[in-house]
Amino acid sequence: MTSGAFLDVQQVTKRFGGFQALSAVSLSIRQGERFGLIGPNGSGKTTLINCISGTLRADGGRIVFAGQDVTTLPAHRRTRLGIARSFQIPKPFVSMTVLDNLLIPLEYSGHERTDGAVEHAMSILTLVGLAPKARVRSGALTQIEMRKLELARAMAAGPKLLVSDEAMAGLSASEVDDILAILFELNQRGITIIMIEHIMRAVMRFSERIAVLDAGEKIAEGQPDAILADPRVERAYLGE
Amino acid sequence: MSQRAFLAVAALVVVAGFLVSRVLTNQYYYFAAYVILQYVVLATAWNILGGYTGYVNFGTPAFFALGAYTSVVLIKMMNAPLGLQLVGGAAVAGLLGLGIGYLTLRLRGVFFSIATLALAVVLQTLFVNWEYTGGARGLSLIRPATAPLFGHYVQFLFEVMLILALFAVGVAAWIEHSWIGRGLAAIRDNEEAAECMGVPTLRLKLVATTVSGALMGLAGAPFPYFVTFVEPGSVFDLNYAVNSLAMPMIGGSTTWVGPIIGAVLLGTAQQVATVTISSALNLLIVGVILVAFVILAPEGIVGLIQRLARRREGDVRLAHGKAT
Amino acid sequence: MFSLDLFLNALAAGVLLGGFYAAVSLGIAVSFGLLDIANLAHPVFVMFGAYLVYTMNSRFGMDPILAGVLFTPLFFVLGALLYQLYYASFERKGAESLRGLVFFFGILFIVEVGLLLQFGVDYRLVEARYIGESLHLGPVGLPFRLLIPCVAGVSLTALLYLFLSRTFYGRAIQGVAQDAFALRLMGANPFKVKRLAFALASATASVAGALLIMIGPVEPAMNREYIGRAFAVTVLGGMGSIGGTLVAALMLGVAESLTATFYGPAWGVAVSFGVLLLALAVRPSGLFGR
Repeated sequence: MTSGAFLDVQQVTKRFGGFQALSAVSLSIRQGERFGLIGPNGSGKTTLINCISGTLRADGGRIVFAGQDVTTLPAHRRTRLGIARSFQIPKPFVSMTVLDNLLIPLEYSGHERTDGAVEHAMSILTLVGLAPKARVRSGALTQIEMRKLELARAMAAGPKLLVSDEAMAGLSASEVDDILAILFELNQRGITIIMIEHIMRAVMRFSERIAVLDAGEKIAEGQPDAILADPRVERAYLGE
Repeated sequence: MSQRAFLAVAALVVVAGFLVSRVLTNQYYYFAAYVILQYVVLATAWNILGGYTGYVNFGTPAFFALGAYTSVVLIKMMNAPLGLQLVGGAAVAGLLGLGIGYLTLRLRGVFFSIATLALAVVLQTLFVNWEYTGGARGLSLIRPATAPLFGHYVQFLFEVMLILALFAVGVAAWIEHSWIGRGLAAIRDNEEAAECMGVPTLRLKLVATTVSGALMGLAGAPFPYFVTFVEPGSVFDLNYAVNSLAMPMIGGSTTWVGPIIGAVLLGTAQQVATVTISSALNLLIVGVILVAFVILAPEGIVGLIQRLARRREGDVRLAHGKAT
Repeated sequence: MFSLDLFLNALAAGVLLGGFYAAVSLGIAVSFGLLDIANLAHPVFVMFGAYLVYTMNSRFGMDPILAGVLFTPLFFVLGALLYQLYYASFERKGAESLRGLVFFFGILFIVEVGLLLQFGVDYRLVEARYIGESLHLGPVGLPFRLLIPCVAGVSLTALLYLFLSRTFYGRAIQGVAQDAFALRLMGANPFKVKRLAFALASATASVAGALLIMIGPVEPAMNREYIGRAFAVTVLGGMGSIGGTLVAALMLGVAESLTATFYGPAWGVAVSFGVLLLALAVRPSGLFGR
């Protein structure tokens, strides 16, 4: 095992029926790192982070987080250990207000529903710029607001590792900058971040290291400029 | 409503029920009231899983009947008192809920629903073939003629069902306002997100099916003494399946108030209607109302009232806005 | 008492019953397996079909199978209308799970009680010259009242299979289950494809109803037994695989028939539920799943 790895993904495989979604993917991410995960559609990015967050169970391989083997733990246990995620398609608790959306992860990570918890939730909402919408039903938010809620709710779970799944798809350039600023700020506070993103400009600017998936395999890993220069990456994106 | 206020109101209702039973002597009213209160318990129980959690249980008759038959067995075996019947019926039906939940709740909600539907059919087959509890012909039971303080036993049963209804509503209201209820609401809204936000979804769903099943069994437990004749056809009546889900859906399924409103409205209407029209036509009307509500007013009567209130609030705000 | 003759006869009866179960399950295999719509009301439509056939048979002496086929356009239209209502009220709003189920349950209930009001709780049956006869193969007797439904059920299954695999619309229906987006690229409207599929699924209820009342007398509440059976077959058959549905139906038929012969007829229904639970607990993607 590589010492010092905060999240250690070892030879993870996943298949759906006859379809091999992931074949022996390994990643090693340091504490406090900003890590980018890219790849064409259907390359297995979302499957991989589902295996990391626990909504899917890997068929083979191991996932070690902060020194603990989490391969077979259910998702809610991993959340309590400090792995939180946002969803590509926002999945707010629609019947609840924005504030109540945040109180769910807070309450289930051991915070009583007190004024303190509400204050904490409000501070997260302020950070992402949703504080004025705290009492609004989450079903009534706009796209960008829902993306921000996704991040805020993941934050409320108190993560050490945040997996952001395409938080910027379909947003305007200035909105992308908004989200990027939030992610930088979270990283400043010591949270390790894995960003899955199609918007190259954003991933390149944000990530210290990038891994590229194609057809369920990791085909490249390295610093952003090295990735950009890699002919294998170009081939994966543009075809032969 | 605070816990203390709820307990105070509950105590008041119990005392009022008792006082009424000293004055009113026409037996018909007690029979009718018993049936309506039984629906309050069933609808409230259904709603803990259906309304709060978003898992549809079509098998109410199975849980209700299991409660009733547990009482039958306890009466035959050891002439058990009513209190023991209640505990037994709730425990056995709760275990059934836990078991069926454990088998099917890992899957999508649809599979749970289908399993509950089939469960009622199979359990009925089981009891049709079990001679000990009377098989298909049914079984007559002799209930105590009187109860201390109450005189006639039916009056006593009415008071018991009144207490059970309050108990069920209390349990539902407590769950709704506790961390469990908030977790269940998160599951209803989006199960995957709930799990990823640290909610132990499987465990909470099992709690909901167990509590829901136990309360349905509780509603069925006094039934043998109430009717004094138990046969599979009457305790496995599809009636219970339809009403227990129609009442919360019509009343409003996200709060504990909804099932009460639905049960009292629909239950009373059916009690009145059976006098004038056939029971089948009666049920047909329930079915039509249910479908109409599901399509047109999915949030039920409570939702309609809330929407009205919100609109009025909005009007007021609008008027203020214009004034300033 | 175990005897080889008894066993062989039970086995044969099971296979015949299975062919008929396939006919009842086709509608669910398409609506639930392919379209992901849990149409709980399908078995009650089968019931409705059986009563229409009964009416034509008792009033005009019409052949049950002929009556069943004649009514398919009616069920096709009913199915299309039902899907239209379902789509407009639930699917379009993304609220299908909880309320969609309750909706179909409500429809089930309305039709069942409607049949009860019209025909009462008495058992009804049809008459045709061939129903009482049997075909004998050595020690095994194949009664026509089971043989004909089996042949008809298997033929119906084969027809549907050919339609789904050989025609443009058939492939579109299979495509809508996989990827509605790709379907749009093919130039087909997912809503219309789904409506067609649902209407076809409903149309099979009319024929299945004719077969049901040929096998034995019917009463309105019987549809509930078939909910468990049809969904068990669909899940076991691999959610929408037509071949898998036939195999699963045959297996269920044999299992029920053997149970009924050796443990008593009342336990037949319990078998389907046991099979359903087992299938759900062990292998939710079905025995022949993708």
